[in-house]
Formats: sequence, C-alpha cells, structure tokens
Amino acid sequence: MNKKVIVVGGGVSGMTAAGALSELGMEVVLLEKDDHTGGHAGNWDRLFPSRRPGKEVIDFIEKSMSSTVEIRCGSRVTSIDRNTEGFTVNLHNGDPLTAESVVIATGYELFDARKKEEYGYGIYDNVITSAELEAIFKEGRQLVTHNGKTPQRVGLIHCVGSRDEKVGNLYCSKVCCVTGVKQAIEIREMLPGCEVFSFYMDLRMYDRNFEELYYEAQQKWGVNFIRGRLSECAENPDHSLILKTEDTLTGRPLKMTVDLVVLLVGFVPRPETRIISDMLKLQTGSDGFLSPVDEHFKDNSTSVPGLFLAGAVKGPACIVNSIADARATAVQVKAYINGEMVKW
Amino acid sequence: MKIEGKRSIWKEYQKEIADDRYFYVRSCVRQNFFPGSEKTFLRIMKDVLHKDVFENASHTTCSGIGYHSDVVPFETAMTMVARQFAIMTEAGYENFTTSCITSFGLYSEILETWHHFPEVEERVRQHLINATGRTFNKPANLAHASDVIFKFRKEIAAGGMYRLINKHTGKPLQVVEHIGCHYSKMFPAKGVGGAEYPYVLAGMIEDWGGDVIDYPERRHCCGFGFRQYLIQANRGYSLACSKKKFDSMAPYKPDFILTNCPGCPMFLDRWQYALSEMEGITYGENGLGIPVLTYEELAGMILGYDPWDLGLQVHQVPVEPLLDKIGIPYDSKRKFLTMDGKMMGQPKAPSHLKFYQHE
Repeated sequence: MNKKVIVVGGGVSGMTAAGALSELGMEVVLLEKDDHTGGHAGNWDRLFPSRRPGKEVIDFIEKSMSSTVEIRCGSRVTSIDRNTEGFTVNLHNGDPLTAESVVIATGYELFDARKKEEYGYGIYDNVITSAELEAIFKEGRQLVTHNGKTPQRVGLIHCVGSRDEKVGNLYCSKVCCVTGVKQAIEIREMLPGCEVFSFYMDLRMYDRNFEELYYEAQQKWGVNFIRGRLSECAENPDHSLILKTEDTLTGRPLKMTVDLVVLLVGFVPRPETRIISDMLKLQTGSDGFLSPVDEHFKDNSTSVPGLFLAGAVKGPACIVNSIADARATAVQVKAYINGEMVKW
Repeated sequence: MKIEGKRSIWKEYQKEIADDRYFYVRSCVRQNFFPGSEKTFLRIMKDVLHKDVFENASHTTCSGIGYHSDVVPFETAMTMVARQFAIMTEAGYENFTTSCITSFGLYSEILETWHHFPEVEERVRQHLINATGRTFNKPANLAHASDVIFKFRKEIAAGGMYRLINKHTGKPLQVVEHIGCHYSKMFPAKGVGGAEYPYVLAGMIEDWGGDVIDYPERRHCCGFGFRQYLIQANRGYSLACSKKKFDSMAPYKPDFILTNCPGCPMFLDRWQYALSEMEGITYGENGLGIPVLTYEELAGMILGYDPWDLGLQVHQVPVEPLLDKIGIPYDSKRKFLTMDGKMMGQPKAPSHLKFYQHE
C-alpha cells in the first residue's frame, strides 16, 4: 500500500489535514487552485475573538506541513475517478495523480453581495464588504470614503446572504456576527471619532469569549447595536448613504445617514464543490454544502470509500472548528488506509 | 454611483416581450387622468411601428383596483381575469398587453398562482364556464405596454424628431424615472431590469438622450398607495409620501418625471398643486413645478406629435418649460381648445404654482 493521500484545497482545513496526515506517516499531495495556500484566513488581518493576527495562525499551520507534503499551487482539479486501485485525480495542468485516499477541503466562497441588490454593493461607491474592510486593516491602510474623507459614521450590516430566504440561503454563516463585532471595535480603534452602528437580526455569540467581545464593543467602544434588518440603502447627492430599517426593539421605522456601509457577507458553497459532488454522487444538504454520511458519528466520511471531507466544505465553520475537524479527518484517513475500523 | 453595477443587474433581468400581434387592454382610469396616452400608444404601434394591436370593447376592469383596495376577493378577481383571457382567445391573439401597471401586477400574480396551484386554475375555469360558458388559453406572452415601448425604444429614437437634450446648454436632460409599485416589486423577474433598479423607463431615457437621476427615495411609493388615497381619512399619508419623494429628488433639479403607472403621474402631478396650496412649496425652477409625463406622452414628444394631441394641456404642472428646453414647438392659443376647435375652459391660476409664460 503506497499510503498516498491527495488533499484538495489549500485553506486552513486542507493545510491542517495535510500537515496532520504527514505527521501520521502519509505521503501527501496538497492541491490548491490559487497561486498560494492560506485560503480566506490568509486574507484576514486579525481573528476573532482574541484578535490574534491571522498570519500567526497560517504560519503555524504552514510550518506544521513537513517537507513530505508536496504542495501544488495553481492546480485545478478537473475530475476525480474512483477505481479499484483508489483514486485518480485529473488536473487542468499536468499528469493525473493517483492516491489511496482523497480529502475534499475546498471550503467556501463569500456571498456575492451584488445579489442583495437593494444594498447597493457594486453600485454605490461607499458600500464595501467585510472582506474588503479586512483587507484595509491587513494592508495597514486608513479607512476612508470613496472620495478620501474620514468617515464620521459607519454602518455594519449583519446577515448579508445568510438567513435570507430572498437570496435562497436559509442557513446561518456562523462567523459573521462575531466578525461584525470585531470589525466594529477595530473601526473605533482606528477612528475614535467615528460612530459605528451595527444592524442585526439577533447576535449569535455562541462560542467562548464571543459574548464578552460583544459587551466590550458596547461598553468600552460605544458601538451602537440596532436590532433591525436593513431594507434598503440609497445614495445621497454627496455620496453618503441613507439606510432604512425598522428598529424592532422600539417598533419604529428608522432612517439614518452614514458615510460608509460594511456588508458582513456570509458563506456559500463553491461551484467547484458542486461539480465534485455531481461527479462522485456525493450527498449535499439543502444549503448546497456537502453532507457527511452521518452528522454525529461519521461526519468526515462520504458514501465513497476513501473519500473524506474536512472543514467548511460541509458548511460554515470558524477557523478553530475547521482545524479540529481537519485533524479528525486525518485520523479517519489514516485508519482507512491502514484498514482499521474506527469505532468512534 | 457606478453605472456598470446597474448594467450588471439589468443583464440578470431580461424579459421576453412579444414582437407583434398584441391584445391590448386599457386602464380603468388613464383615459380620465391622461387622456392622450393610450391613444398615443396605439398611434405609435400602428403608424410608426406597423404592429397588429387588437382591442375589444367587451374588455372590462380587471378588478385590480378593487383587489388592492381590499374590496374585491382574489377568487372574483381571478374569474374576471379569466374572462379577459377568454376574450383574447376568442379574438385569436396570445400576446396580452396591459396599459395599467396594477392590471399587469394582478395578471402576473394570477398566472403565477395558477402555475403553482393548478387546482385553483381548474376551479376558476369552472367558475367562468358556469358564469359565461367561456373557456380560455393563458397568454403566451404577458407584457406591460411600457415593456413594448421599451422594446422598440431604439426604433422610436431613430424615427424621432427630438432628443432629451437641453437646447440651451446642449446637455442631457436630468430625468426622474418612477416605476409603478405593481410593475416588478412583487415579481422582479417579470419586469425589465428587476425590482430594485428597473430599466424599463431608464432604457427609454438613455436611448432618447437623457440622464437618469438616482435619488434616495427613488423606490418610494408615489403616494397613491390605493387605501392611502381611496380612504379619505388617509389622504394626508398620500400627500406625505409624495412630499417625501419631491423633497428627495429636488436637489438633483430634475427636468421632468417619467412614469409608467396610471396612478403615479396623477399623484406626482396633482399633489404638486395640492402641496403648493397647502405649504406654499414648489419643486421646479422659479416657482414652477416638475413636469410629469407618461412614457407614451414622452414617446409622442420624441416623435414630434403636437403636444396638445398628446393631452399635455390637462396636466396640473405646466409642461411648456420642458417643451421649450427640448425645442418642441406648440401653439399656446390652442392649448385649451377641444378637438373641434371650441374653448374647453381654462383652469384658475393656483396661488403658488406658476403658469408658464412662453419665452
């Protein structure tokens, strides 16, 4: 048995799985379609809730991939075939690869905010996404409006593309609430004179230290949280933006002018994942993400023997959970290759 | 604002609009509000575009005005609409074209209901047979008349005598486009350009030479809102809605407002008078109002039709400033003459909203 594993996807989950599999004695090839590994996390400046630099986490995971992991960036998978020998993975640029096992760790895409047409992303100059705001932080740029002025008021809009029947996404993307709280604090840190308003349906502070961060945002940083889903965003002649919502705590409509709007965009499945699932007849949920064989006991396994899942390809997940999930996948893969039965 | 962003959305909402052989149904109220508009549509379709447009005098109200005022049940409305389809079928047509936005919305809603609930369609078919003995085919194509003018906007521009250019400055006219709520807010895919940034009127304005104004209250109701106006006690709300829109668009100095709904031009035009009398406010230049046009009136102006044949003399806000900006000639002395040359009477001058003096 050659103990060779191919990991598809070079984000947090894929890199973690590759590193763990390498530690477990496997020969690992990591395929990444972009020209570098790191995925979305690599674009994030600081991570919630501790605001640890994202680079620190990515560097750690990269170092955990020993030299036995063969990283192939710029490699797009065109097909995956299951045969009696294992798997053949065909690439758009190069010879087919073979392996005993394949891990799908293709993650997610950010919701295309243009689909929430009424929010004006791609139309109004001062509407940006949370990912664009994070890039500003990461590159050390000053947060300014389109015409270069320091914003006096910023509105953060939660649940953009998540929990929204209108765009066809009923699921929660899990990480946007706390990301919004983190970014609200960071805007206040950068621009102490800027008022920050967060428009939310409800804040899902589910994990350790999330609620504390939410309290800090209000008590220390004076972030204003308004319970109301944005109905529309329109532009004033001076390119500031008018937000319309209902403050559901006071039960009154609310109209507010802000200089900049940040849309907290959620997760959506990658189109490539759909292709892979069609190719291998894998099960997907109504949300379009891949489903494991059993959500409790075989949550990294698929109906195809030797094919495993890791991370946000199964649905929205934070970095902490993705790392834990990828490590669990690595153990499952090793057991499969060694012909061992994992009872748990 | 990035126009490319809007163009990207417009591409998502392409609508099939029939090329010819239209079964045309008029609005209940437009011939009173803006009497030249439907006539102008037929004139353009037949004389300029050489299309087959059929009308039938047996056509009745679709009952949409009653439906949206909560006095006509949906079941009744569906049966009345089924009868309109029966008349279309009997005449040998399959492309149904409505003058009224509320009718268009109701027809869209009913066809969508029947699509999802075929048993409802069967029940309505039986109601119609019981009541009239008629059967019907559903339309192959449903379009609002503004969709049809949109489809042929380039042909109208090509055959036109005028463009939406200020002849004094050489610059494009600045135009507010106001879309009837029932056009695409209920079913975005049924409207040209969707619900958030509809393109149906914007496309006409662009191709006829003007610039579209994107102002904050662009999506807001004109003020009609059915029960906002039809229930007398609510009329303050109707006026407040219109005022909100005027206050929002005024800083952009619009040369005129273009509409595609029976109620919208009525309220955006007449309420400018009411607001001027109540508050002393006027929204146009030098105490004038902002002219309000239907898309048929504007198409007729582009084609060089006599403004008084278009019915522009019955507007509350004088349209002459706009005619002068474009350079469309008109005879002021004929403004209040009937078709047979008799004086129809002249309205009393408002307290604040100025009548226009020809330059």
